[in-house]
Amino acid sequence: MLASFILVLSLLVAMYSTLIERKVAGWFQDRHGPNRAGPWGLLQPLADGAKLFFKEEFMPLSADKFLYILGPSLTMFIALLTSAAIPWGPDLIINGAAYPLQVADVNIGILYVFAILSIGVYGIMIGGWASNNKYALLGAVRASSQMISYELAMSLSIITIVMMTGSLSMREIVAQQQGFNWNIIYQPLGFLIFLICAFAETNRAPFDLPECETELVGGYHTEYSSMKLGFYLFAEYINMFISGAVMATLFLGGYHFPGLDKLGLSPNVFAFVSFMVLFTKITLFGFIYMWIRWTLPRFRYDQLMKLGWKSLIPLAILNVVVTGVVILLNQ
Amino acid sequence: MFTQYIFHFLSIMALFSAVMVLASKKPIHSVLFLTLTFFSIAGHYVLLNAQFLAVVHVIVYAGAIMVLFLFTVMLLNLNHDERSPKPMWVNIMAFIAGGMLMLTLIGIFRGYDIQSAQDPMTTQIGLVKNLGKILYHDYLIPFELSSVLFLTAMVGAVLLGKKEQI
Repeated sequence: MLASFILVLSLLVAMYSTLIERKVAGWFQDRHGPNRAGPWGLLQPLADGAKLFFKEEFMPLSADKFLYILGPSLTMFIALLTSAAIPWGPDLIINGAAYPLQVADVNIGILYVFAILSIGVYGIMIGGWASNNKYALLGAVRASSQMISYELAMSLSIITIVMMTGSLSMREIVAQQQGFNWNIIYQPLGFLIFLICAFAETNRAPFDLPECETELVGGYHTEYSSMKLGFYLFAEYINMFISGAVMATLFLGGYHFPGLDKLGLSPNVFAFVSFMVLFTKITLFGFIYMWIRWTLPRFRYDQLMKLGWKSLIPLAILNVVVTGVVILLNQ
Repeated sequence: MFTQYIFHFLSIMALFSAVMVLASKKPIHSVLFLTLTFFSIAGHYVLLNAQFLAVVHVIVYAGAIMVLFLFTVMLLNLNHDERSPKPMWVNIMAFIAGGMLMLTLIGIFRGYDIQSAQDPMTTQIGLVKNLGKILYHDYLIPFELSSVLFLTAMVGAVLLGKKEQI
């Protein structure tokens, strides 16, 4: 029940993120953005979806047929997997029974998120290779090296959170951030590293090297058309939504907001308001993603690698050491 | 009962993809089948109530090592099997050697008392808390030594990879 609700929610959010992205782009470039389909362009995502469905399905002659279809399907599938471990709010009370707003409270939730993250690159690599196109292949190779490089710094920045919380469960991490006890206050550097790596992991500008259209035509999805291309583009927005949820959960207190638990709301209203708090935080991250995309130019490939290996990883290791020393001194 | 079906499904998948690693013509298919094998083994770990091991298995093998494999295969663009055909006697020797290894393994597991296996749901040994206690209390020195071993390998790889003389 909850799982299907979250599935529909992620798809809906991803759909409307495409509209918001174009609206934000319009705002940043001092123009209107899409405003023809429906009031304020609200029907634009539906029109885009319909257009993608009716476009011609094209498959390159020398493509690896099975892998060519597997690529976008896998990307979409993996993008939708992560949301299972995220706690979306406090328990709902229906007829005296508590229903947790989390699909699976595994005691290693944070590692589960990283496992899904680390296999996220397969869809791109398989698709890029199966197209049998040199630009697609270059995009795929870039995607794999970029993701591996940034995954390291990302995991290292999370280790500090695990050290402070003493648990790998997402629910436990959120529970310890009650009130204004947010992790971002104790781990500003970790948060910054995680944010930068999240941009690289979701292939968003300024790290969208795998699809860099000025060098690689369209990168890994050069040969894709119709809804298969739609899946790749759509998965990117789902990833944005989910990574925003992960960041809000790990660093910004999840569904907690200072003073909210003292208002004396009834449990179900409280659960709903808490969910809306989390959703607002995710929206904030979504806006930051778009803000940066339309502000910063794209990195060069060697700059990207240098930033990952020579700045972020040493900083993250330093962060781990400093956190460890502080925890030891406070004992 | 349900776990029995999952066990059989995962085992068949693991064996099938392991065979396909060898049987595939294109190196890239072999790599992808190997990834599938790792995933089915991770599924077995989940059935054994060792979620931590399963997730780490996926992160390390499927998420890092196999991606690097795939990366290398793509970078060299090995579209076809370009190995030179081997003479017949090499194949026969390989068959005999592999067959002897298999016989040894079967011999080991035939002598093993399967009935003594405990229900994984009661032992809870695979959960991260118990595993951490064992690793950092009982086996601290071997654990740290193996990490030094990894570091040595890493330094060695960097040293070999450097082009200029040091």
